[in-house]
Amino acid sequence: MTKRKKPNVFKELLFALKDGSNMTRLSFLVMGFGQIARGQIVKGVLYLLAQVAFLLYMIFFGGRYIIHLFSGDLGSKLAGEHWNENLQIFEKVKGDNSFLILLYGVMSIIVLGFFLAVWAMNVKGSYENDKRLREGREVLGFRMDLYALLNDRFYLPLLILPLAGLLVFTVLPLIFMILIAFTNYDYAHTPPGKLFDWVGFANFKNMFSIAGGTTSFAIVFLRVLLWTFVWAFFATFTNYFLGLAIAMLIQRKGIRIKALWRTLFVLAIAIPQFVTLLLMQKILDGDGILNKILGTRILWLTDQRHFSLLPRVMIILVNIWIGVPYTMLMTSGILMNIPSDYYEAARIDGANPTKIFFHITLPYMMQITAPYLITQFVNNINNFNVIWLLTGGGPVDNVYYGGGTMAQSTDLLVTWLYRLTTDQTPKYNIASVIGIVIFVISAVLSLITFNKTSAAKNEGAFQ
Amino acid sequence: MIKGSAKFRRRTTDVLVYVLLAALGLLWIAPIGYLVYTAFRTTPSTGIINELFPENLKLGLGNFTRLFQDTMFSTWLRNTLLVSGASCLLTTLFILMISYAFSRLRFKMRKPLMNVLLVLGMFPGFMSMIAVYFILKAMNLTNSLLALILVYSGSAGLSYYICKGFFDTVPKAMEEAAILDGASQPIVFWRIILPLAKPIIVYTVLTSFIAPWCDFIFVNTIISDRAKYTVSLGLYKMINAERGSFNENFTVFCAGAFVVGAIIVTLFMSMQRYYVEGVTSGSVKG
Repeated sequence: MTKRKKPNVFKELLFALKDGSNMTRLSFLVMGFGQIARGQIVKGVLYLLAQVAFLLYMIFFGGRYIIHLFSGDLGSKLAGEHWNENLQIFEKVKGDNSFLILLYGVMSIIVLGFFLAVWAMNVKGSYENDKRLREGREVLGFRMDLYALLNDRFYLPLLILPLAGLLVFTVLPLIFMILIAFTNYDYAHTPPGKLFDWVGFANFKNMFSIAGGTTSFAIVFLRVLLWTFVWAFFATFTNYFLGLAIAMLIQRKGIRIKALWRTLFVLAIAIPQFVTLLLMQKILDGDGILNKILGTRILWLTDQRHFSLLPRVMIILVNIWIGVPYTMLMTSGILMNIPSDYYEAARIDGANPTKIFFHITLPYMMQITAPYLITQFVNNINNFNVIWLLTGGGPVDNVYYGGGTMAQSTDLLVTWLYRLTTDQTPKYNIASVIGIVIFVISAVLSLITFNKTSAAKNEGAFQ
Repeated sequence: MIKGSAKFRRRTTDVLVYVLLAALGLLWIAPIGYLVYTAFRTTPSTGIINELFPENLKLGLGNFTRLFQDTMFSTWLRNTLLVSGASCLLTTLFILMISYAFSRLRFKMRKPLMNVLLVLGMFPGFMSMIAVYFILKAMNLTNSLLALILVYSGSAGLSYYICKGFFDTVPKAMEEAAILDGASQPIVFWRIILPLAKPIIVYTVLTSFIAPWCDFIFVNTIISDRAKYTVSLGLYKMINAERGSFNENFTVFCAGAFVVGAIIVTLFMSMQRYYVEGVTSGSVKG
């Protein structure tokens, strides 16, 4: 059976205009007309209501924000008192708010997009009715529509709520923040007191140009990026191999009370991460208990020497403590699934345990967990909690990280981003640029994983 | 003789492995032990800890009474229970719905939508936090627990991946038989797929229930009213709000952490089997 290619929406609409009945043509202007005229009252009225609601929204609220957005004007009137010549008094004037103009503008464009989709659906539905009547079939009643929603179109009721949630709390804010990367929104341009405006690619240029010496944004950015990758590499692989090692120790033949050993480690997972991290921070503090026990005064998390080497190592060590139980749990599940004939065959051939590990266990594990490793790597690039709760990104190091960039020595891109948005002097525009960079890195890595793994290719293999 | 020495060698390795495991186990238990110990020690009444075992060591529930009487911990606990209960319900529902649609139903936008969600999930969540704050403000929802519930469950759709992977492994023959018998899709979903999906449901419920107990970043942005804090933000602020607060409150913080830890450990232990099953079934597929 060859797949019939569906004509695209625009062609279909054009057909409907050329070929459709007058009722269909009218429903280009008055939504639901084609439906109501054919007796699909409920559907038609719903369309009509949607149109009325949309028009009211645009006239009384959204319209002017869309105009603002398309004319590239993020507001010009500052709030304050203005002299009114006619009344001879000072009047309080509500000024523009660039932030809200941008936010509501994006929102209104999304609403507009949805409306257009519904509008196209309305025209197509009416055209469908034309075709049905011409072929001598009946127009589908309301019951049939409902039936379809529970069967062929069951995906619609299933998807609508989760997707609505995503739209409001993920997509809308995201588009908004991406746009911020093209404005000069920082502490000097914070509404409502001040306004911000479009600046094109200036933030990107600022971010990626070397001008400004050793502490320019570009150099500091590269330093943070390098550490982000070094951290992600070590965090991922130390966890993985130590977890595997412990799992293999517990799994060893002849080791008793396996459940108890496993529980010892699992207990560490069960305590919320922020608790263990805060605890570790306090244990490793200059005045913390570790120094008290050792009788030393080592600045485990704040020693700046050697490019803040000690804090960096400590972060990775603490992360081992946090992460190994997870990898131990996961790898022990997979270890149990390695077919035992492999091992027996190897043993009969006289292979020693080292050989068995490198030729059977490790390749098998690697093949199965390769996607997991890459996902973990991406997660570690974005591992905010470990860094923020242990060192807060610090120690502050003004030699390598200029004060103006607000980066600190153990900052990952994400923690830098967070500081840029929550500091006393926030730089939202730069933060957005960093967010976009993080996104590009994560997206490239994840898409590679997603497309390379067989899980994505034959998703129906087991069905 | 040869057999005997091989046995001896295995014995010694066994002993070595036990020693190693015990040492590692100790390393992993020690910080938790320290937390519990500090929660119950009342000797330095200020919380400044100079010695692990001082001479006049006293243990007791003093920190817990301080926790529940002097701080708003009980309010925070109630808030967290409410938020995590509601958001876990919504999140689980959303994830099941979206995974089922992606795994079992076929529609035009399926593949593109799956990819879009995958890509959306790669933006760091708190990049858009300020925008989320203003959206909530426009909805007049800041400083309310409802806002937290909405934010936590609003992005549930992004984590469909593990659950969908699980649904993908359920044989199609069963639902086909049911559809031939005249069952509609909702009935297939409810009666056939959901009962089979128990491990993944428990896994989803567990992870989404725990999430609000661990997040302090979003709470910090959305909520400024102390009475609306969740335990995580409350505890975080207790020792990180201002310089010196650490020394004041460390023992009380440990008591609070102990309470939170105990709740989660209990939950976790009672459902550990499902959790492991969920982790291994969905996340790792070659």
